[in-house]
Amino acid sequence: MIEEVGTTTEGDLIINVGPQHPSTHGVLHLVITLNGETVKKVEPHLGYIHRSIEKMCESLSYRQFIYVTSRMDYLSSHINNQGCALVVEKGLQIEVPERGKVIRVLMAELTRIASHLLWWGAMGMDIGAFTPFFHAFREREAINDIMEETCGARLTMNYVVPGGVMADIHPNFQKKVNEFIKLLKSKIDEYYILLTGNIILQERLKGVGVISAEDAINFGCSGPVVRACGVKSDIRKIAPYDGYEKVKFDEVFETAGDSFARYMVRMNEIRQSLSIVEQLIDNIPEGEFQAKTKAVLKLPKGEFYSRVETARGEFGVYIISEGGLTPYRIKFRSPGFSNLAALHHMVKGSKIADMVATMGTLDLVIPDIDR
Amino acid sequence: MTKEELKTKLTELVPTATFDEAGEWLNVLIDAKDWLPMAKALRNYFDLQFDYLFNVTAVDWKTYLSVVYHLRSTKLEHVVVVKAKIADRNNPEIETVSNIWRTAELHEREAFDLMGVKFLHHPDLRRLFLTDDWVGYPLRKDYEDPLNMIKL
Repeated sequence: MIEEVGTTTEGDLIINVGPQHPSTHGVLHLVITLNGETVKKVEPHLGYIHRSIEKMCESLSYRQFIYVTSRMDYLSSHINNQGCALVVEKGLQIEVPERGKVIRVLMAELTRIASHLLWWGAMGMDIGAFTPFFHAFREREAINDIMEETCGARLTMNYVVPGGVMADIHPNFQKKVNEFIKLLKSKIDEYYILLTGNIILQERLKGVGVISAEDAINFGCSGPVVRACGVKSDIRKIAPYDGYEKVKFDEVFETAGDSFARYMVRMNEIRQSLSIVEQLIDNIPEGEFQAKTKAVLKLPKGEFYSRVETARGEFGVYIISEGGLTPYRIKFRSPGFSNLAALHHMVKGSKIADMVATMGTLDLVIPDIDR
Repeated sequence: MTKEELKTKLTELVPTATFDEAGEWLNVLIDAKDWLPMAKALRNYFDLQFDYLFNVTAVDWKTYLSVVYHLRSTKLEHVVVVKAKIADRNNPEIETVSNIWRTAELHEREAFDLMGVKFLHHPDLRRLFLTDDWVGYPLRKDYEDPLNMIKL
């Protein structure tokens, strides 16, 4: 794991963490300058899983490119797909039927819960608590089963199409989701007893990896990272899409800007997402789940941008179209990329173990950063 | 600020700027040499306060390159899109804004890596995703790589 050790002229130690290191959650390579146990500099080296998805998308049609994005942030694949479908719908002015919108929102919120649960389990493991991992995966499994039944896949759902969703929900969907809501509600308080209230966790996270609101904005952070500083940033509130303006939920804020604040934002977001699912699950409107669209989609000449709120933050799709069958240029704004940029600023001067804890609360997904 | 107000304000700032209002946000088209003073004004003027740079995109238009900056103000909740045109495609140069918005540092490295745009005065302009000895800029339209590229 530590492949090369060197020293600088000042006697500082330079070590490599990763690209194969359990705490980096994937193939992230960090070169760290250490003075004793104190971190002086963190420099991420990226590209181990760079596939140039933007270039690939330039030769894919407007129906096909959506599904490549499932492979970027694989824990929010449904929300990525949704963002891509929204930009195509914007370009072609397709109106999605109400049923399609509600199914999308339900799936997106279930995805968000699943992603936050996985983060919670892995976060515990980063700081040495092994048990939460099993608890989180047990509940996440129930979401994956629901996804499998309706979408046909557990992780890369590929369920969204321009104009709605690919297929109607499975007859068991509502029953199973209701069961899940009941299950998670009984378990979520257990999470607080198990980990949140734990004095070791609090000591490890409070006052660690602090970033001010001003710096978080300057570094382009989004999602729970910037909301932990009390900055309004939820795209679901700023620029509602797919009917988010009709559901009641609160944007979760903390003010401390430290690792524990980010932890609490995600924990409370699980409750908010659960409340959205609860509001919609028995009120799925009747009707079409997909708008009628042409077999071959051609975006008019112009530029289109859509934003969605994934579990990690603001995901943007920017398409420049020349009127052809494929995008002329496509750019994905991935939330993890900007959040990672703030890592050095957050951990400079802290101990190396605190860096691992901070990285855990950033919730990095490396394919999303490398694209 | 509404689109119209922004337009008046930005015309004062950069008289040569042209505008495109077709999309949901105001697009400002400028020349690369006007970018740095404009960026400083966008960030600091009290009625603009664009403090959140959320996207940087380099685009290859075959005869020239352009860099697109998406900016939002978290305080005033308005968005502007700035497109800086770089006429010289063989030696594209534009001033860095990483000292204004720190997030630009990584975004600009990405644009340099994949599109070959040189950001002047950037603190650490190296390749980001590709290896240091990589030849060429993959996102350019004339890039050929028979080994790694699969054509559909």
